[in-house]
Formats: sequence, structure tokens, C-alpha cells
Amino acid sequence: MTLKEVKETTNAEVISGDHDLKKEIKCAFAAELLSDVLALSQEGALLITGFTHPQVVYAADAANLCAILFVRGRWPNEATQQLAIQKKIPLLSTSYMMFETCGLLYEYGLKTCALKTENGRDGK
Amino acid sequence: MDGTENNILIHKTFHIEGGNFQNAGLISDQVKKILKEAGLPKKVIRRTSIATFEAEMNVICYAQRGNLSLFITPNFLKVVVEDEGHGIPDINLAMSDGYSTADEKIREWGFGAGMGLPNIRRNTDEMVLTSKFREGTHLEFIIYLDRQENMLPFE
Repeated sequence: MTLKEVKETTNAEVISGDHDLKKEIKCAFAAELLSDVLALSQEGALLITGFTHPQVVYAADAANLCAILFVRGRWPNEATQQLAIQKKIPLLSTSYMMFETCGLLYEYGLKTCALKTENGRDGK
Repeated sequence: MDGTENNILIHKTFHIEGGNFQNAGLISDQVKKILKEAGLPKKVIRRTSIATFEAEMNVICYAQRGNLSLFITPNFLKVVVEDEGHGIPDINLAMSDGYSTADEKIREWGFGAGMGLPNIRRNTDEMVLTSKFREGTHLEFIIYLDRQENMLPFE
């Protein structure tokens, strides 16, 4: 699905990266811990999170994620927004809770980028 | 760890200030820029960026100060992180998934899940970790540039 479809499915607002809405989203990953983002996410994934510090953009950039969707109406500050523009990572915000957001996107056909963990933590 | 110190193409050292969560990610971002400019394969850049981010966070979370040095040679890249801080009393325990001594502040910043060191090991080809409790920690890792699996654009 495209980022535009993600926006419409979750009734999200585009914070930055308006021109990137045609981007194809291959899979998604939801996390509130940046440790999880760095350890378990997959290249090209959409990150669904409530974490809005600039470090979420650094982590997404390190892991080559394609966009960030903030849940619960969370809105990043100016520093996070500027960094995201610089890194060309589109930011969106939806009022839906994490569970509902993931459910809506899953129902639409978006798949996970890590199904299960091995040995408790190792995502493959 | 290697005998090719004479072949270093790029060497850069960064200072990391312990406890400075506001700037977390800045050093690994600069490392990523250098790797991109050096034209390294996408997969090498991703693995190095993730391992460097984790290493940078460890210094910010558990040390007073530290230095992160990047060395690029024709065959591999090496990152050396030395810090003055808590140190690690039991390295085997610290290397196991999910073990963490993080406090509330570290968790507030999205870290401290006990996945940093195991994640560095997963994203690198060689890793050496030594530590003196209450003195500091020395971490080195290598990612080979001439291995087929590191040349692929995706995992």
C-alpha cells in the first residue's frame, strides 16, 4: 500500500513529507522502544509509534525505515520535524490508539516486517 | 583484532558526553554520513549505523564520557568505543538478550531493553568487549567490506 493509503486508512494528518505520499509501504513495525526499532525492524518499514523525540528519526534513519506514523494524536516538536525533513522521512499523526491503528492497517492488507521473535528477543 | 593498520583510508574520532540524551543519535548520524560519502554498500551502512547507534547509547546511558573512533580500510571498517563510566561487572550476563540495568530515565528515552549489546553482535562480523567495573568499557567491532553477504542491498 502507499503512504497515501496509510493516511486515509488511519485518518492521519501529514506533519511533513507531503510530496512523498506515493511512497510504497512494504511492511510495518509498531514499537514504543527505540531499542526494539533498532533490533527488530526491517529496512523500508513504516514505523508506528507514540515516541516523538528526535531520536525516533535518528533510529528510523539508521534502520532505513521509510516513514513514521505517530499514534494517539502525538505530535513531534519542531526539532523532530526539522530532522525528519532533513532525513526525508515523512511524518504522519493519527488520533487512533496503537492497537486500533495497527488493526486498521492490517485489515487493509499491510503486513508485519517481523512475525515472531526467536529466543525471546531476536526478530527474524 | 587486525594487522592492517597501515591501510586506513578514513579515520575519525568523536567525543560522546555521558548523560546527554538530547544529542543521542548525533554521532551515529555523522558516522552514517561518512559511510555514505565513502560509497559503501547499503547493507554495510545499515548494519554499521545500527551498531554505532547502540554503542553511542551505551556511553550516554552508562558512562561519564567516551570516544568513538571509526576506521575504514579497503577490506573492513572498524569502530572502537572507549568510555569512562560504570563498566560492566558481568559481560556474559550483559550480552544475554533482555538483561538490563537501565533506570527509569534511560527507559523514558526509549532505551534500556537489554538489547543493545546483543544487537551490536548481530549487526557486526567481529565484536570484542572488555570492561573494568567502575572504570569503563572498551568495545570494538568490525564489519567486512569484501564479503558477499554484506554487498546485498537488502537483508
